[in-house]
Amino acid sequence: MNDMTLMDKTVDTQKIKIAAKDVNVYYGDSHAIKDVNVEIEDKTVTAFIGPSGCGKSTFLRCLNRMNDTIDICRVKGDILLDGEDIYDKRVDPVQLRAKVGMVFQKPNPFPKSIYDNVAYGPRIHGLAKNKAELDEIVEKSLRRGAIWNEVKDRLDAPGTGLSGGQQQRLCIARAVATEPEVLLMDEPCSALDPIATAQVEELIDELRASYSVVIVTHSMQQAARVSQKTAFFHLGNLVEFGPTGQIFTNPEDSRTESYITGRIG
Amino acid sequence: MTDLSQSPAGAAPQPRKHGGSLLEKTPRTKKRNASEARFKAYGIAAITAGLIMLLILVTTIVGKGTGAFQQTFVTLKVELLEEKLDKKGNRDIEDIKKVTTFGYAPIIKAAMEAAVAEYGIETSLKPKELAGILSKDVAAQLRDYVIANPDQIGQTVEFRFLASGRVDGYMKGRVSRDSIENDKNISPAQLDLVDALAAAGVLEKTFNLDFITGADASDARPEAAGIGVSMLGSLFMMLVVLALALPIGVAASIYLEEFAPQNWLTDLIEVNISNLAAVPSIVFGILGLAVFINYMHLPTSAPLVGGLVLTLMTLPTIIISTRASLKSVPPSIRDAALGVGASKMQAVFHHVLPLAAPGILTGTIIGLAQALGETAPLLLIGMVGFIASNAPETLADGLLAPNSAMPAQIYEWAKRADPAFYERAWGGIIILLIFLVTMNTLAVILRRRFERRW
Repeated sequence: MNDMTLMDKTVDTQKIKIAAKDVNVYYGDSHAIKDVNVEIEDKTVTAFIGPSGCGKSTFLRCLNRMNDTIDICRVKGDILLDGEDIYDKRVDPVQLRAKVGMVFQKPNPFPKSIYDNVAYGPRIHGLAKNKAELDEIVEKSLRRGAIWNEVKDRLDAPGTGLSGGQQQRLCIARAVATEPEVLLMDEPCSALDPIATAQVEELIDELRASYSVVIVTHSMQQAARVSQKTAFFHLGNLVEFGPTGQIFTNPEDSRTESYITGRIG
Repeated sequence: MTDLSQSPAGAAPQPRKHGGSLLEKTPRTKKRNASEARFKAYGIAAITAGLIMLLILVTTIVGKGTGAFQQTFVTLKVELLEEKLDKKGNRDIEDIKKVTTFGYAPIIKAAMEAAVAEYGIETSLKPKELAGILSKDVAAQLRDYVIANPDQIGQTVEFRFLASGRVDGYMKGRVSRDSIENDKNISPAQLDLVDALAAAGVLEKTFNLDFITGADASDARPEAAGIGVSMLGSLFMMLVVLALALPIGVAASIYLEEFAPQNWLTDLIEVNISNLAAVPSIVFGILGLAVFINYMHLPTSAPLVGGLVLTLMTLPTIIISTRASLKSVPPSIRDAALGVGASKMQAVFHHVLPLAAPGILTGTIIGLAQALGETAPLLLIGMVGFIASNAPETLADGLLAPNSAMPAQIYEWAKRADPAFYERAWGGIIILLIFLVTMNTLAVILRRRFERRW
């Protein structure tokens, strides 16, 4: 990792895509997220870093209401997507998740063909009128997932038969296929080897052109490499949020500094 | 945070000695090895005992039951005399039907006499005693034939008649000249006749398809009894069970597993379902009697009622296995589906259910196999006893007409007096076991075939 490049990271001022205000999350009695305020910009990669159990994944899952599936989880505060509260009673979480796609820590392709994996989202959302359009979406998504060249000859092969890195890129292609506006990635590279990680990181950088990407990562190097903004979580608190270069070279909070220099974590 | 430099200062602790040389076993090791060897021996002994019992079971069943698949038949030429069967001679079917089975007795006696004369067998038996070696079923068989083919009256037709149960037992070695001393149904002279007819090739023991396809017979005709009709009874019950238990069970499990909130009510339901699986089947039988027959007035002895009762019994099995297989689908698949914006129902029906299907199927087959072998509840709803003498012809008949089921039929035979029925009970058990083993094998194959594809 070349620290010298950090200061050169361009941070264009973009419009705010997601705004979280005083978000608190409880798992039963335990208070997992405490008064988090964060503004996630459009066409930007935002990285959430922090030690294990600090709540970064929990917060990420709040952004597309994946926490709804956990009975004991309660979310308080406002999370606004384009100014609309996603926890409003009128919001259907299914519709929200079509706008805010998600890639998970462990590659989890459906045990179906590669084609069906990617086509599933467009199918259930009715994005394609006919087979030709669907084919087009699948090809486009697989290309954006940087996996088209590897799988174009075996679209009928099961997605579970791919290597770990390929599976994760397939999952990214699957998430992209529904044309979300925000892409949430929960430690997408933790199960991948360095080469696959590099490919996925390159891909994330490309995706920035069209989406707002939020990535949770354990690897500070990764955060430094791919993100423009970084948020540091510690024990459920958002300790510091700012341009990646600043967080890594000139953190304001002593806890951030301790973490990035490896003294806590 | 771990820091190796923070280990306590001072003298480094000495490692503990584990005996002397590695080449010598310490007493502790010897003891441990001995107990391991002992445990292995216990295990092998247990398995051996189990296998021996299984072997004894299978040999007994096969040894005692194969006899039921063979039957002694007598081939006779019968002259269908017009003056006995159709006195008016105008082949009016109503007139022919007026001749009861008693009217056929002389014809059968005559046919026996003719056969004895033809093969030159010397016997002091009277015609009635000659015919005594044939089954009491013969007259009915003859009458059915004549009613079906009235144009054959006046001709001589060759028939294959069932020999009586005693003769059949003699041919199979169950009945001997000693054992019939006090038996009024057969005499030593008749056995001589049987020997002579067997030598002449008129009387022979062959494969008995009628046992597999036929209906039960009354106490006096064990040789005519078959398990076929009760097999149909079982089949119709299984249809009812499948049609009710599978959809209800799967729907209940999907709701409980995927949609229901976790609260005291669902917990209570869960506990009750698990408990239902342990309720003795006879309880379901008396419930069926009280609810389906006495209260809802469904017909007694009907496979529909049997099926309903067995459905109650099978439901917990299906629900438990379905929930287990739904649980075994990794949550990452649900997350994946929800993550691309599928609704909960879409996630379940598009992804979770197909992956759980092999497990559900296996559970269903095992539940059905259990239901197929169940006897106790059938006793209470009247599906045991000499019930159906004809195979049902329509689906409604199959469901509503009184019938028995395979295990109930076996129970019925086992409690009758004539040892010929006892043999048939064993034969029925062979058939029932073939069904059960087939179903369980199918379940195993399905499980292997579709095991874990993620």
